[in-house]
Amino acid sequence: MHFEYQIEGGNFTRAGFASSEIKKKLKQLNVDLGIVKRTVVATYEAEVNVVAHAYSGTIYVDFDEEKVVIKLVDEGPGIPDIEKAMTEGFSTASSTVREMGFGAGMGLPNMKKNADDLQVSSEVGKGTTVQITMFFQKPDNDK
Amino acid sequence: MDGKYFHHALKFRKDVCIGCSHCMNVCPTQAIRIRGGKAELKDNFCVDCGKCYRACPVGAIIVEQDDFNQIFRYKQRVALIPSILLAQFPEEVSLTQVSSVLMELGFTHVYEVEHGVEVLKDSMNKHIGEHKESRPLISTFCPAIVRLIQVRFPTLTDNLILLKPALDIAASYYSKMLQDQGHESEDIGIFYITPCAAKIAAVKSPVGQEDSPITGVINMDFIFNKVYTAVKQGFIGKNTCQLPSLDPLKASGVMWPATSGEAAHMAGRTLAIDEISNVIEFLEQLENEENQGIDFLELRACDESCAGGILTSSNRFYTVERMRKRAARADRKEKERNYRYVNPGPIVKYREYLEESIFISKVQPRSMDKLDEDISQAMKKMKRVHELMELLPYVDCGICGSPKCSSLAEDIVQGEAEIIQCIYVQRRMEHQGEMPAKQSLEIMQKIWGREKFEIKDND
Repeated sequence: MHFEYQIEGGNFTRAGFASSEIKKKLKQLNVDLGIVKRTVVATYEAEVNVVAHAYSGTIYVDFDEEKVVIKLVDEGPGIPDIEKAMTEGFSTASSTVREMGFGAGMGLPNMKKNADDLQVSSEVGKGTTVQITMFFQKPDNDK
Repeated sequence: MDGKYFHHALKFRKDVCIGCSHCMNVCPTQAIRIRGGKAELKDNFCVDCGKCYRACPVGAIIVEQDDFNQIFRYKQRVALIPSILLAQFPEEVSLTQVSSVLMELGFTHVYEVEHGVEVLKDSMNKHIGEHKESRPLISTFCPAIVRLIQVRFPTLTDNLILLKPALDIAASYYSKMLQDQGHESEDIGIFYITPCAAKIAAVKSPVGQEDSPITGVINMDFIFNKVYTAVKQGFIGKNTCQLPSLDPLKASGVMWPATSGEAAHMAGRTLAIDEISNVIEFLEQLENEENQGIDFLELRACDESCAGGILTSSNRFYTVERMRKRAARADRKEKERNYRYVNPGPIVKYREYLEESIFISKVQPRSMDKLDEDISQAMKKMKRVHELMELLPYVDCGICGSPKCSSLAEDIVQGEAEIIQCIYVQRRMEHQGEMPAKQSLEIMQKIWGREKFEIKDND
């Protein structure tokens, strides 16, 4: 199943819409609640990142029986040093963005912590692509 | 859906229902459908918030209550009253008057629920301090909210504070106290005067507890009418001289069932949110993002919390104002070191006993969103829902008998409805010559009943 959502850069009032839609679908699929939680936190973080840093973006969501792949493609300034951005405490968010409670510098590391797989690629001056993969199999202690 | 999860105190009377769908349109969990001209409740979706009860123009939704006369099966008949009850009456009506009418009705004891707060408040703060790993922690005060979290926000069940509400603590205390005075436990009946349906449901099928310490529940509107009639008729009460001297309720107890009643006494950063749509909006957001540093959440299903309960009689804003005044008086007396107010009351002597059984077990998620237990079936159904949504108008008109286009799509994949129930689909089919007018009329009659389509003589 394939879904797409548009993200508008700089508009925080709409941030979270796609995450809510994805959450609803995961609940419909009866996915383990711990996985739902991790997926939503990672996706929301990624969605807010696009709003905070990019001009516009698209979320491509693909569900199958084993997993969901959430790919966020944005047009924006890109990330010059991904490795540095992956370190805890690093933030490129402007002070206005930080005052709104976003961009506390937890973005990518927090996404990595919650996602089963996280791929980030970026081209400075063009944009960034973040791909979050979550697997649905229930944790062993649940069986 | 497998099995029935909940006991519901709200009952739909088919003989009275006119199938107007007002209830369906206000239900915050989309638990109501119209079939055969009558409202039907989807049991597992309903959280007993009572919005439908208020919306019904003909009184077809009733709140089931225990027969009042059952209190006489017990030698010791305790009326447990919330502070909301006294606040239903104009200020000149005193607690002594209210209690004396309750005694006249047949109760042998009257006790205010919020004395339980003396014990609960400290346990809650301790719990919040000890469970730093889950934030924000959510109060289990309001049973409709606990059920809402179970069905709509299952990922948040781990955030619920697993402590009994003040009501259960007060009931356990009173029962134990009477037993210590030499009464047999089977002679003791504890009856709660409830402002809402959710509390009834929580007593009849408690979440996270084996059984409730409360024997029965009596609706507050019933008691209000009895008491107010007696007061209006100048009744003072022949049992007045036998009245137990009621412990004075502290300000925190008086305000506990009002909005911010709990939040005001919890350490750390707190939020108090009332009215179920506000709560849903907030929890939707809370599920998405990392917590913004909130330690404690007080969530109540009714506007103005219990003052807005569906079984209350007084305007909720007046009720809260009277509670505030009473709380201010209690505060003043405590500051004047009036000894009865300084003394926290006999319930704290039972603190250890009450704290032993204060915990409830984990609250289980019961997601109503899941389309199927099996993921590949669920995936198929989700695809089908998505396809159906392409055909539906996103108008949420409710003419199909389901509250929203998305509910109709879900009902269809669960085999509970058909796409041709959609008036837009019917019109398209008629236009294309695929549906005769007779058929569309029949479909409408099946949903809304025959009567609504009878041609009436207007001479």
